Amino acid sequence: MKIIACIKRVPTTDLQPRVAADGKSLDATGVQYMTSFYDEIAVEEAIRIKEKQGGEVTVLTIGPSDASKEIREALAKGADKGVILVDNGWSGRDPLATAKALEAKIRELAPDLVLLGRVGTDRDNAAVGPMLATRLGWACVTDVIGLEIADGKGTARREADGGLEIFAFALPAVITCQKDLNEPRYAALKGIMAAKKKPVEETPCPAGASQAEVVKLALPPARKAGRIVGEGAAAVPALIAALRNEAKLL
Amino acid sequence: MTTLVVFVEQADGAARRGSLEALAAARSVADSVVAVLCGAGADKAAAALGKYGATRAVALEGGAWSPDAAAQGIAAVVKEQKAAAFFASATSTGRDVAPRVAALLDSTLFSDCIGLAKDGAAIVVTRPWLAGKLEATLKSGAPVLCATLRRNVFPVKESGGTCEVVRGAALAAGKATLAKVEARAGGKLDVAEAPVVVSGGRGLKEPQHFALLEDLAAAFGNAAVGASRAVVDAGWRPHSEQVGQTGKTVSPQLYVAVGISGAIQHLAGMKTSKVIVAINKDPEAPIFKVADYGIVGDAFEIVPALATEIRKIRAQG
Repeated sequence: MKIIACIKRVPTTDLQPRVAADGKSLDATGVQYMTSFYDEIAVEEAIRIKEKQGGEVTVLTIGPSDASKEIREALAKGADKGVILVDNGWSGRDPLATAKALEAKIRELAPDLVLLGRVGTDRDNAAVGPMLATRLGWACVTDVIGLEIADGKGTARREADGGLEIFAFALPAVITCQKDLNEPRYAALKGIMAAKKKPVEETPCPAGASQAEVVKLALPPARKAGRIVGEGAAAVPALIAALRNEAKLL
Repeated sequence: MTTLVVFVEQADGAARRGSLEALAAARSVADSVVAVLCGAGADKAAAALGKYGATRAVALEGGAWSPDAAAQGIAAVVKEQKAAAFFASATSTGRDVAPRVAALLDSTLFSDCIGLAKDGAAIVVTRPWLAGKLEATLKSGAPVLCATLRRNVFPVKESGGTCEVVRGAALAAGKATLAKVEARAGGKLDVAEAPVVVSGGRGLKEPQHFALLEDLAAAFGNAAVGASRAVVDAGWRPHSEQVGQTGKTVSPQLYVAVGISGAIQHLAGMKTSKVIVAINKDPEAPIFKVADYGIVGDAFEIVPALATEIRKIRAQG
């Protein structure tokens, strides 16, 4: 079984962002990066499938050469190879341009299964996985919290608004991973040492024009200052009055 | 004359509310709005869409649900109508289908949009980055502007309009097909679509105390229970209820945060709620900085008292 896990480096979730002087981009000063939360789940699932069924896990990313840090973390957990499609402007690519760049490398590597996080926790589009599958002409299930693969076929449990949806599909397939799918492991020291010897290929990312043009980037409008209506259960009538008379709710 | 295609989700012949919101939003930026519906019951749901802003509705019958087959059918309608834009509601299904439609149209996608405007003939969208810590205003250079719209942001509009209903080509078999649905117990509302969200955090001390919030949600009648990351990670509540940067982003009419201190990742996910109420014993908790109304004190006393008052009001009708 040949598996590719796609990861993206994103700003850490504790970031209090600032807008750069151009009014259109994120001020990168002092920004720390991490592997997008859901992509860690994709890496974990890839390693678990390999451990059960045998095979090889390649971790694929688009980013600066610096992204080798995130790739090495995945290798330390048990992935076998890393590929960085080097693009210093990676964060400006829209989801379609990202899907196209990944598609070219994935066709070359010809895996059975591609795993991605359900959404990147920077631009929140949740689009690259299904776009990639559409371009490849493969099956795709998104927001997956349970996955079984056997004999070239798969079953995936998807977290939907009203409950769970269970999808059947044939490989090759693209799966986007939701939080309850697994609990990502921490890398062991042995894994960290072994990761240093694992191959990481750096290759230029094919150029791709973004169709999304940022006109303006801003902090959300500040909320009007609120007030404490009181203390304890005795304040409930004051809250009800405020909700009815001021907020026009209830 | 701008034509916009909207994917309208329906179940048993009734359109989902998020899709009606998307129709109204579409009508605000386009003269002609074509609704596309999939599956059994599509004709019936289509017939009612005129009064919600559709000028035409196309029903695509098909077998077992498949997001890839639906996307093929919808993209074909967008091409046939020579539409300038395609919208879907940012529901679970909308967010599954829309990127595939966009890819088939060689167009990028703007997900979970919270603002729409016209700049000359072009449509400009506003959408969150970093789960709402930033808001980006974007223009599309794509052949078709494709967007999903956040629920509870764009109001449904009813009019006396009618629409022509046509039957499109049946959907082909898909690559991934729905084999089974396990509905959530009691037909509960999803936290992302409920008009009222009652959320709890560590301040509730023990998982069984969420019964208080379940009761408050029941008192409202149209509420869903949400949770902070801390209590989801602790296994008290399912991830499907998590509000915040690694959970769901919500914009209800009313968000009640109980025993939630207000970590930046949580605030990002609920700050666009219309009205925020915070109940917390710590008057310095950051949640009070975004709340419209706060009560300082013991949630175990305040929440039941609030539920009682809400029940009284609802009983009065």
